Amino acid sequence: MSSPHEMAPRATMMQTVVGPDERLALLTAMIRVRRIEERIAKEYPRGQMRCPVHLSIGQEAAAVGACAVLRRHDKITSTHRCHAHYLAKGGDLQAMIAELHGRASGCCGGRGGSMHLFDDDAGVVASVPIVGGNVPLGVGLALAAKQRRDGSVAAVFFGDGALEEGVVHESANLAATLRLPVVFVLENNLYSVYTRLEQRQPPRSMSRFADAHGMPAMEIDGNDVLSVRGAMLHAVTRARRGDGPSLLVAHTYRQLEHCGPADDDHLGYRPAGELSRWAARCPIQRLCNEMLEHDEIDESALDTIEATIAREIDEAFVAALAAPFPAAHTIAEAIHA
Amino acid sequence: MPELARAEGARITSAADAIREATELAMAQDECVFVMGEGVTDPKGVFGTTLGLRERFGEDRVLEMPVAENGWTGAAIGAALAGQRPILVHQRVEFTLLAMEQLVNNAAKMHYVSGGKHRVPITIRLIVGRGWGQGPAHSQSLEALFAHVPGLKVVMPACARDAKGLLLGAVADDGPVVIIEHRWVHYAQGEIDPGWAPLPLQGPRKLTSGDDVTVVATSYMTLECQQAVAALADAGVGVELFDLRVLRPLGVEAIVQSVRKTGRLLTVDTGHASYGIGAEVIARTVAGAFDDLRAAPQRIGLPEHPTPSSAALSQHYYPRSPQVAARIAELVGLPAGTRDAIVARLAHSREDQPLDIPHPSFKGPF
Repeated sequence: MSSPHEMAPRATMMQTVVGPDERLALLTAMIRVRRIEERIAKEYPRGQMRCPVHLSIGQEAAAVGACAVLRRHDKITSTHRCHAHYLAKGGDLQAMIAELHGRASGCCGGRGGSMHLFDDDAGVVASVPIVGGNVPLGVGLALAAKQRRDGSVAAVFFGDGALEEGVVHESANLAATLRLPVVFVLENNLYSVYTRLEQRQPPRSMSRFADAHGMPAMEIDGNDVLSVRGAMLHAVTRARRGDGPSLLVAHTYRQLEHCGPADDDHLGYRPAGELSRWAARCPIQRLCNEMLEHDEIDESALDTIEATIAREIDEAFVAALAAPFPAAHTIAEAIHA
Repeated sequence: MPELARAEGARITSAADAIREATELAMAQDECVFVMGEGVTDPKGVFGTTLGLRERFGEDRVLEMPVAENGWTGAAIGAALAGQRPILVHQRVEFTLLAMEQLVNNAAKMHYVSGGKHRVPITIRLIVGRGWGQGPAHSQSLEALFAHVPGLKVVMPACARDAKGLLLGAVADDGPVVIIEHRWVHYAQGEIDPGWAPLPLQGPRKLTSGDDVTVVATSYMTLECQQAVAALADAGVGVELFDLRVLRPLGVEAIVQSVRKTGRLLTVDTGHASYGIGAEVIARTVAGAFDDLRAAPQRIGLPEHPTPSSAALSQHYYPRSPQVAARIAELVGLPAGTRDAIVARLAHSREDQPLDIPHPSFKGPF
């Protein structure tokens, strides 16, 4: 722990009792996100995915843990780093990979690229690449849920950089004032591109912003999927009950470069040893080891999981590369609804 | 307006009342429609345009907002993505500048980026202030900023009928529509159509016919132009006056046809002339009627500096009917004596009232 931001004193263990089946589901979901991101990183240099990619490697637990307690009709909004959220909420993999390839079969028909993933059927309503810009959208989804009394809740994913944006505080203030069913999920990965948190924010608790906006906060180890899940269950239950919004602060770490497929430790903007320290706290390895210790899983079961995921990923890339590009004549279609 | 037949059951009201009536009708018609804004539930009800709505429709559908324009604009977009149809109200255009991020990046693009799957049916009402020392940041008519953005529709009503019909048309539209209301147009009395009478968000309206010059005006400047046109008619100058009404999508075909006949074009904006709506209208019209032009097109708009607060300065800031008439007279080559007499008559007609409040003659009925 080299920084007070990495784990603030209010950090709480939010693990609740989770049965073996669900632990397996959480593990599988995290492995799936990791393998998909790794494949994107591997294929990226071929130049077929001609759009920026912001990979989620190292941050899988926050996305998977939070989405684990959401129902399909619950809604989320995400950021430029949206792959993990999209996948964890049930977004269609083939549509995602096709979108990264700019194909007509992509989730946005090739118009959005990697920073605009959405899947309405799965409740992934929007991902937008302006920092903080997705946060009020999620508040609006919660407003609609309240007005329409459809019982859904909204979850908004954002990063530590967004905490510097006024619109995040405007959104929190509004959500608390109207007691909207929304959960703000802040993933603190310590960096905004190459700029470290200390250069952007004073040393202080992030979760105390919730106090300022009249809502409860839970600060958790964002690399512990069970803690994330437990905190999210608490927040979602509260929202569904009509008690209004909550803030989750999940401390985690981005292992690859801000944008692109590579390790960038050689650039020197991370303190020496930080990356390896966080890599040792890999959220997947952590749960996997625990489950191995408790004989909840064995190597052969893991092999089966890996093989199933690999096959699904293979199929998605094959389908994407075979899919047609959007036709030129469609470029000016759907400007106005 | 000679082109409009008096509809059965039509009645006279102010544009502000027409806006209130349209909002109430839209909310009664569709329970997904709701109103949000700073002051929408206060005792003044945004110049009377939202009065009584909360009493009828309840607090879930008439939402007072915190002073956080980008936040609640984003929330409106989110609610719209989930099937709601919010009407956003800003008491001044300038407040919306704080919400441009959401408006430009999210509202305008969601439909396109999603390949037509997402819809953002939001209506954003903005009010242009004028007079009584509103000053540099409470009086801007920034329609060109909004009209620059593909994916937005932008309308500017100049009469009560359009204030009602275009608002109903906007709420019925499945995309984001920016309605820019001039504060002085709120006072304009005119006929409105009864009941649910949405107007399509397209095309200018021809207010007068003439063979000598085509004039295209927006919003409140349409009212100033009507006075200039009437004065010029006495001198035998035939003006074809268009109220532009819908800035995006911009339909200029009727204007092009008119200029092919008149050979002359003047645009009169409520905003700054440079990079303004008039510039766009002229560019498109020249492209369509170049061979028929008999004079270089002209434009009138606000000068290249901010609005001063003092009435001593602002009276020199805003173009009015005398300046419009003078420019038209020059375009058609009216003798200087005739021109000066018309300009003097128009100026004289305004001398009984200060220039920083709406002149009674602009209250109509139009």
